[in-house]
Amino acid sequence: MTCPPPAELSSLTLLGFGDCGWGATLLWGFGNSLMIALGAYAIGFCIGVSGAFGKLYGGPVAKDLLAVYTTIVRAVPELVLILILYYAVPALINQVLLGLGYERINLPQFITGVVVLAVVQGAYQIEVLRGSILAVPHGQIEAARAMGMSPVMLARRITLPLMTSNAIPGLGNLWLNATKDTALLAVIGFTELTKATFQASATTKAFFTFYGAAMALYMAISLISILLFGRLEKISRRGQRDARG
Amino acid sequence: MRDFLNLRRVIMIAIAAALVTWCIYSLRWDWLANPKYQSMMLRGLWQTIWMLVVTMVIGFALAIPIGFVQAAGPRWLAWPARVFCSVIRGTPLLMQIWLLYYGIGSLFPSIPWIRDSAFWPILRQAWPYAVVALSLSVAGYEGEVLRGAFKSVPHGQLEAARAMGMPRFTIFRRIWLPQAVQRVLPTIGGETVLQLKSTPLISTITIMDIYDVAGRVRRDTLVVYEPLLLLAVTYMAITALIVLLFKWFESRFPSKVA
Repeated sequence: MTCPPPAELSSLTLLGFGDCGWGATLLWGFGNSLMIALGAYAIGFCIGVSGAFGKLYGGPVAKDLLAVYTTIVRAVPELVLILILYYAVPALINQVLLGLGYERINLPQFITGVVVLAVVQGAYQIEVLRGSILAVPHGQIEAARAMGMSPVMLARRITLPLMTSNAIPGLGNLWLNATKDTALLAVIGFTELTKATFQASATTKAFFTFYGAAMALYMAISLISILLFGRLEKISRRGQRDARG
Repeated sequence: MRDFLNLRRVIMIAIAAALVTWCIYSLRWDWLANPKYQSMMLRGLWQTIWMLVVTMVIGFALAIPIGFVQAAGPRWLAWPARVFCSVIRGTPLLMQIWLLYYGIGSLFPSIPWIRDSAFWPILRQAWPYAVVALSLSVAGYEGEVLRGAFKSVPHGQLEAARAMGMPRFTIFRRIWLPQAVQRVLPTIGGETVLQLKSTPLISTITIMDIYDVAGRVRRDTLVVYEPLLLLAVTYMAITALIVLLFKWFESRFPSKVA
């Protein structure tokens, strides 16, 4: 396949899906970014829910350990954490596998990326969810306890439904952070949207075409997410009195 | 203090101390004795802190007009400011840095009058692009906060100032701005910590900050974890310093807001 020099191609050809276009590369990177963000967010949410309950109702040791976890993760740059975990997570998994008598495996970069970002997300989600649990009126929880509900039923029937509306704005911000944090994986060489943009623009020298397109894609995610989270919040506040008057 | 140091905590602190001792004795720290790396680390630390302070100051100075025109400016000024904030907040900082450095940075050499100007030796280096990118990022995030702060200054204050016959600029300088800034003061500490955590991104455009130094040590000596651990501890120490500094700073200002 021979392409004319990139300087002679129009932006549309460069962004297109033809032989000389980079559209497929960009979209592939975009898909990767989205999937990593979704995976990390979902795992982070599981860490967040269990961590938030642990921090509020757990034993003293669990509370202290969770405090150490959230403090460290929020004080160290994501880039440094990503780099440490990027080396540590596969080494740890291989150590466990070798200890159990299995072969060592090469962890796919995708999975490492998801796990690494999930650890970061989890720490922030713990804090957001903890705050929203604390905002549930105390009388409600006491009433449920007085009715003899078990802790699990209390969480399922009272705390979780009531905290949702408090948690959604914070969780929405964290989702936006998750999509933007995927760009950091470009530094460790993972081909997500930012890295794909870098490659395309470095090859063709059409910097503004590609960076403009990528920024538009990121903006699209963030604007759509803001809309969706706004709607979610409205749904979860159904039947509540509007505190803002 | 008694409450803090019960038996369980003592055991946990002992475990942590044992972990640290193990790290010191069984990991490789011999590269720390190398004077080459020592001077590199000091310069890297200086680069990081310098970048943090300069971009916070410039960014906050930019955020004031950006926040103000969104809160009270005419529509043809408020609209671009709002778009600016959304774009800065909606796209990754890494991409903004790369766009400035690789995109705009590659545009400059092809413009003759820029290449012949006195600024060219500066524009050829990487740090101006890092300063601009990081400052704009602060301006975008803090501008959004300031928009709310300007809006939340009670109307009566402004009306009283007008009734006293203050000129418009004096109202802004004496009444509006101080009260808005007072409202955002508590957020600036957090914003500074976030900004510190963004500074390692500039190492991707060849600036030797503390993160880049750790990477260099790693590549030279093939020691993987030790430089990264020290780096993480360094960042935690700087974060703690920032938090303490702002705590002291806030205690000196009356925090009661009308």
